[in-house]
Formats: sequence, C-alpha cells, structure tokens
Amino acid sequence: MHATDHLNEADRLMTVCNSCRYCEGLCAVFPAMELRRSFADGDLNYLANLCHACGACYVDCQFSPPHEFQVNVPQTMAKVRTDSYRHYAWPKAFQPMFERNGLAIAIVAALSVAGFILGFALWHDPSVLTGTSGEFYRLMPHNVMAGLFGAVALYALLAIVMGFLNFWRDIGAGSVSAASGLSIWQAVKDVASLRYLDGGGVGCYNADEKPTDNRRLYHHLTFYGFLLCFAATSTGTIYHYVFDWPAPYGWTSLPKLFGIPGGIGLVVGPVGLFLAKLKRQDDLVDKAKFGMETAFLAMMFATGLTGLVLMVLRETSAMGIALAVHLGVVFALFLTMPYGKFVHGFYRFGALMLYAAERKADRPATVPTTAKA
Amino acid sequence: MKCERLDTDVLVVGGGNAALCAAIAARRKGARVLVVEAAPKFYRGGNTRHTRNMRCAHDTATETLTGPYTEEEFWDDLLRVTEGNTDEALAKHMIAASKEMLTWITEQGVRFQPSLGGTLSLGRTNSFFLGGGRAMLNALYLTAEKLGVDVLYDAPVTALEIDGGSFRAAIARIGGRDVRIAAKSLVAAAGGFEANIDWLKEGWGERAENFLIRGTPCNRGDVLKMLLANGVEAIGDPTQCHAVAIDARAPKFDGGIITRLDCVVFGIVVNRHAERFYDEGEDFWPKRYAIWGRLVAAQPDQIAYIIFDAKSLKLFMPSLFPPISADSIGELAHKLDLPVEALETTVGTFNAAVQPGSFDHTVFDDCRTRGLAIEKTHWARRLEDPPFYAYPVRPGITFTYLGTRVDREARMQLAAGGATGNMFSAGEIMAGNVLGKGYAAGVGMTIGSVFGRIAGEGAANHACN
Ligand SMILES: Cc1cc2nc3c(=O)[nH]c(=O)nc-3n(C[C@H](O)[C@H](O)[C@H](O)COP(=O)(O)OP(=O)(O)OC[C@H]3O[C@@H](n4cnc5c(N)ncnc54)[C@H](O)[C@@H]3O)c2cc1C
Ligand code: SF4
Ligand code: SF4
Repeated sequence: MHATDHLNEADRLMTVCNSCRYCEGLCAVFPAMELRRSFADGDLNYLANLCHACGACYVDCQFSPPHEFQVNVPQTMAKVRTDSYRHYAWPKAFQPMFERNGLAIAIVAALSVAGFILGFALWHDPSVLTGTSGEFYRLMPHNVMAGLFGAVALYALLAIVMGFLNFWRDIGAGSVSAASGLSIWQAVKDVASLRYLDGGGVGCYNADEKPTDNRRLYHHLTFYGFLLCFAATSTGTIYHYVFDWPAPYGWTSLPKLFGIPGGIGLVVGPVGLFLAKLKRQDDLVDKAKFGMETAFLAMMFATGLTGLVLMVLRETSAMGIALAVHLGVVFALFLTMPYGKFVHGFYRFGALMLYAAERKADRPATVPTTAKA
Repeated sequence: MKCERLDTDVLVVGGGNAALCAAIAARRKGARVLVVEAAPKFYRGGNTRHTRNMRCAHDTATETLTGPYTEEEFWDDLLRVTEGNTDEALAKHMIAASKEMLTWITEQGVRFQPSLGGTLSLGRTNSFFLGGGRAMLNALYLTAEKLGVDVLYDAPVTALEIDGGSFRAAIARIGGRDVRIAAKSLVAAAGGFEANIDWLKEGWGERAENFLIRGTPCNRGDVLKMLLANGVEAIGDPTQCHAVAIDARAPKFDGGIITRLDCVVFGIVVNRHAERFYDEGEDFWPKRYAIWGRLVAAQPDQIAYIIFDAKSLKLFMPSLFPPISADSIGELAHKLDLPVEALETTVGTFNAAVQPGSFDHTVFDDCRTRGLAIEKTHWARRLEDPPFYAYPVRPGITFTYLGTRVDREARMQLAAGGATGNMFSAGEIMAGNVLGKGYAAGVGMTIGSVFGRIAGEGAANHACN
C-alpha cells in the first residue's frame, strides 16, 4: 500500500502498462517504468515528474475508459505530480500553501502589490506615486530594491533547493550518480526542447485524438520569456553595480534587448497555455489543480505584462503606480515560487537527469526503503 | 443520420486495419467511400486496437528493423507455421506485396518505433507501431477523414442484398433504425467470428463456453455468415484459430495483450487433476506461444495452472494479475482448489526426475527430466524454493480462420465457381486463405494491410468504371 490513493492508482496503472508496453516509444516514462517490476512511492513520484502530460498514451491506449481496465496514465500522473510538489515542499509548515493554491497565490500577490503602493505612499509623500515620472529610485532607492529582492530571491532559491533535495533523495537519484555532467547535459537538452511533450513525434493531444504542437510552442514562449526577463534583470543589476550605469537603459542595451522579447513571451505564452487548458479534455488533466495551474500562468502573465506596461509608462505620471504593481507582482512571484506550479520545472529537470543516468547505467535507481512518501 | 437510405461508390464494412486500408486506397483512387463500423467510436477498430506489430518482407535493415527479411524467408516461416495449410500462390503474392506495405502504410500516417524491449525477439522481421495498434488506427482514421472518407460508428451491418453474385446494398442498424446503403462495390472487412460463442461451439462443442476472447466483442461473424449464405465460397476449418493460454482471471472479452503469460517454460503446467499434459520445455516460448491455447482447450473444464517457484519469478514479462502464491505446494494446491496429494505427487515426481544441468533460458539448455511419461526437455529445474507461485490459464481466442475464399485481387469467389462481380474481402474475414493453421506474429496485420489495399483499389476501379 502507498501513502495516497493517487499513488495506489499509479501503481496499478504501472502494473498494467508494464505488462503491455505498447507505449514504450512515446516518452521516457515507459522505458523508466520497464526497468522496474514493483514501484515504491519514490519511483512513482519520479515517473510522475517524468511525464509531460502530452496525452499520447491516453489517446493511444486500448484500455482507456470506458474500457473496464480504466487506464489513464496522464491524469493519474498529473495527480501524483501535484501531490509530490506538496509532499517535498520545504519547510513543511508551508506545505498547506498547495491546498487552494490559486487562492493562496492570489492573496499573496494582492498583498504584495498593495504593500508596495502603501510603502511608496508612506515612505514618501503620497504624491510621489503620481509625480515622479522616469525615476524609479526616487521611489525606492536601488540598494533597498536590490536588497529586498535579493533576500526574497535567496529565500525562494533555498526553499526550492531544499524541496528538490527531498525529491532527489526520495527517488534514489544518488544511487546511479544522476548528478553527473552527462546526465545534466542530457536533461538540459531535453528540457530546452521539451522533448517529451511531442506525443512521440506528432504533437500533444488536447481536445481530441488530433494532435497539435501548440502547447509546446506556448510553453517555449513562457519558459524562454521567463529566462529572458531573468537575464534582463540580471544584466541590469550588473550594469548598476559593476559598471555603475544606472537605469534607465537605451533601446539597444542588453536589459532592453532581453526584457522586451522576454516580456512579450511571458504575455503570449501563458495566454496560449491558458486557452489550450480550457480546451483540453477533462480526462487528461487533474481538474482539482486547475487553480494552481491558472495561478501560475496568471503570475507569469502579470509579470510580463506589468513589466511591459512599466516600460511604456515610465516617462509618464503613472509610473509610480506601474512600478509598485510590477514590483509587487515580482515580489509575490518570488515568494510563492517554491509553493506553486513553478517547481514543476525543477522536479522535471531532476527526473530527466535520473532518467539519463538510469539509461546509461541500464538499471533503475535504488529507492531508499526508509523514505516514506 | 437523418435519411434512411444512403448510397456510395464503395461500401467498406468493418473498422479495423483491413477496412481502413481499403477505404483509404479506394478513396485515393477517386471513389466515394463510406465505412460502417459496428462499434462505438471509442472501440473502433476491432482487434486491430490490440495489435503491436506487422510482418513485412524487406531487403535491407531500416531505421526500425534490424536486418533484411527476404520473401523466401517469410515464405519459409509461413510454410512452417501453417504446415502447408496455405494457398501458396496467394500467400506468395501477399508476401511480395508486403514489401511495399511498410512504405505505403507510413505514407498513411502510421509510425513505427525501434523494437526496444519485450520478450519476443522480432526486431528483424516485424515492425512495431509507435504507441501500439490504437495509435496506428488513430492515424489511419485521421488520414481517411482528411481524404474525405465518411465513417459511421455504432452501425452494424445486419443484412446484405446480393443478387447473382453481385452486391447491391447493405442494411445497417444505425441509431435504432435500419438504413439501406446502396453501393457499387463492397469491401467486407468485418473480422472473424471469435466473439460468437455459439458459432465457436459448432466446431468446438460445449468447451467453447470456457474460452476467453482476447479482442473485440464485435467480431461475431455476422457479415461472414451472410456472405456464405449468399453463395460465397468458404475456406478454412471452423476449429482452426489463433488460440493462446491466457490468465483465467481475464475478462470474457477485450482483455487484450496484458493477460498473456509467458512463464510456461520456467515451470510445469498441470490440469484440474494436477497432472502434467505436455512438454513445457519443447521450444522457445515465442515459437510455442500459439499451441498452448489448444492444449488447454483439450483439458477437463478447459483450465490449467502454470506452477513455478521463487527463482523464476523475475525471469519473464510481468502480466496484469499477480500470481497466486503459497509457502508450500500443499498450500498452493489448496488455494487453487486442486487435489493436494496429487499436486504434491506430480511436483515430487517431477523434481526427482530433473537431471543436473546448467540453466540458460536463452538457449536450448541441458536441464531436462528423465523417466517421466511426459518429459520436460529443456529448462527443467526443481520446484523447491518457496514461495511457490501459480497462474490459472484458459484458452484465449485471438482470431478465427474460417472465411471467404478470394483471388489475388481480393475478390470473393463463389461456391458455385467463378469470381463475384463487385465483392471484395480483406483481413480476418479471409485470413484462412493464407493461414489454414498456426500463426506467425504480425501476419494478421500483413493480411489486413495487403489485401485491404488491394480490395480497396479493386472496389474503386469497379465502382468508377
Ligand atoms: C490481443 C491481440 C493482439 C494481437 N496482436 C497482433 C499483432 O501484434 N500483430 C498482428 O499482425 N496481429 C495481431 N493480432 C491479430 C489482429 O488483431 C488481427 O489479425 C487483425 O486485427 C485483423 O484485422 P481486421 O481489420 O481484419 O479485423 P479487426 O481489426 O478485428 O476489425 C474488424 C472490424 O469489423 C467490425 N465489425 C464486425 N462485425 C461488423 C458488422 N456486422 N458490421 C460492421 N462492422 C462490423 C468490428 O467492429 C471491427 O471494427 C492480435 C489480436 C489480439 C486479439
Ligand atoms: S497506456 Fe495503455 S497502451 Fe500504453 S502501455 Fe499503458 S496499458 Fe499499454
Ligand atoms: S502523457 Fe505523454 S509524457 Fe505522460 S506518460 Fe503519457 S506519453 Fe508519456
């Protein structure tokens, strides 16, 4: 018996799939499963995070519902996956953030935005909110801004790393040296191309048995949009501290060259993913986690949009409000990162590293028996 | 479906591989094509849903095949499994056409994968569908739909109007009403009759009550029966079919591949009286896979038990149901409801007869028994390491061989002599032309694809001229 019903169901399915194996060419989940004959909680959490929810194995399965064997791998894996985020989250006291996650993140975001607006107004005269076009640092000194965001980013990083290590230990990744350079490189390539979101080559399954590749496209826009925005912020910080070039930066500066396409990606990508989500067959998704996924997309979208708006409005009297909103959103994003859908990227990356190592070693990882998931 | 009369150039009855290959081929020739499938949309595609691979001759290794497989070799394999019960000219014609089939079927959107795992070493002879048979069907349906083929689901054909060897129309039951579908030519690709227990009983007697049907419950042979009643010539023996031993706990229909067991070579197989009845180590499992259905069908109550011990548990593919286990043979007998003493005696005698040898299940090893009425000639090891395990097995029917006789154009032949004018058949419904007996993995798909395409093109040519 496993810790949860979702894990029990995943175990049942893996037993069915292991005696069938028709899907072994579709993605990494099935070959990883075939290395095992029985499944500990850690194994199932690993497999669930290796699944990219492309839907192919559901549309292709001769035993999916209404067949009496009721095989639905993508949905079951989605449930196990979201449970695993909660299970591994650090510190344990914050695990409840994963319940009603959409609401939780919305509240944190609203409070953060309000906090910044209020902070600006109290710190200065309320009129600064509307009267200081163009100059961010009159509202918030750069060192304060960098200190505040540096602190929250470090916290997010710490919490994510701790959660990741919980996952890493539970799936037994150490036993096959999954952190080797080769595994990391393979995982980087797989993540960068979303190799396993291709339904085995034709695209993924959304509303019906006709595959399309648009989820991969929108995911790429979101992911690379995020990375570009991150690069924009980082280069801005380097400009400031290393070269002593304070903002604002010209149109051809690196922060702008990264930030503008990044912001556009973060606006278009999440909208596309959200629309695709609305059209997706209920059978393929974990409907109970709609809020968490939507909150994540909303946070990404809001980060991109408020960033772009700020750039457009920075020379106007609306700059103060725009800045407060943008900073509030980004602050909330960092603060909630370890406790929402954002972590999926890290667990997926870890699972792909383990998969690369298992392939190379041609044996499954040894899951610690004491780890009770 | 509003109207109660339809007409088309080519009517394809069935919805599996043979039907879709025919429909696509006919449509590509310019004919209007209507497919009527008895099953609801989810269950479309009959037994094809459960398939995994297809056997085609090829001259060189490809991305998905490890080596050449010549026409001669394919023919030798077919000759061996059928023991000569095959129409040589037709079979050779099919094998020659199978060469082109891999390319053709790929052009219709079907994708193959490299053979990665599993126990059958078919990587050289057989191409494996990426995602299995249902994925393959989805691709064919998508292509057919794009080409403009019409498909009606939940539409079993219940009657045929045939006049002097010429097809006029079919009646299909659609949404509770009978719809008459007139067509210029017919492709019958409605599978065999393995899901029709009453028909199976005609050949097998009451025993058929205990058979499990591995595939679709829709293949009841109704269309075959109508064709034969309308003067089409029958071919094949009603008791010949592809039958394997599958887990007795499998559902009556549609359990598919995951109820198969391939542990026979590792243990002993006993009947309800706890007696062995055949040499479990006669040959490698893939070669013996298809004889155990018949063997079990010949045992009392059509049930048998594969018994092995702890050291063999991990040597074979896992299956759906867990084995029944016990710490002693007596306790196992008790759990299986077998006579306790008899099983203990059978195992004891077997163990005593096992000769020393070095076990290797990848070759014909020298582990065998000596002095038993039924020897186990390879891979014989004492059953002595608890826990002991057992799987109950029953005959699992894959598909039947009695069908319609056809010529090289896949045109049905009349019992009275000569070919029909506009009636073609493909797939299981005419498999008996090629498979009079026995089976080689992947040939079911070859028969369906090759004759499906030929039938579709023939039917379109007839309809458009
Ligand atoms: C578990 C399993 C595994 C198998 N694996 C393989 C394999 O790997 N490779 C291989 O080559 N073969 C395999 N086979 C055999 C293979 O499935 C058959 O040879 C093949 O499906 C025959 O194709 P077909 O199109 O003639 O029939 P089917 O695919 O069975 O299609 C028959 C169709 O006719 C429809 N139909 C029936 N009656 C009517 C009616 N009255 N009106 C309208 N429609 C009707 C059915 O609904 C069905 O769609 C397997 C079979 C099983 C059961
Ligand atoms: S999802 Fe279905 S077809 Fe795929 S391996 Fe599992 S049981 Fe087989
Ligand atoms: S949904 Fe896609 S990624 Fe997930 S297990 Fe199925 S085929 Fe693999």
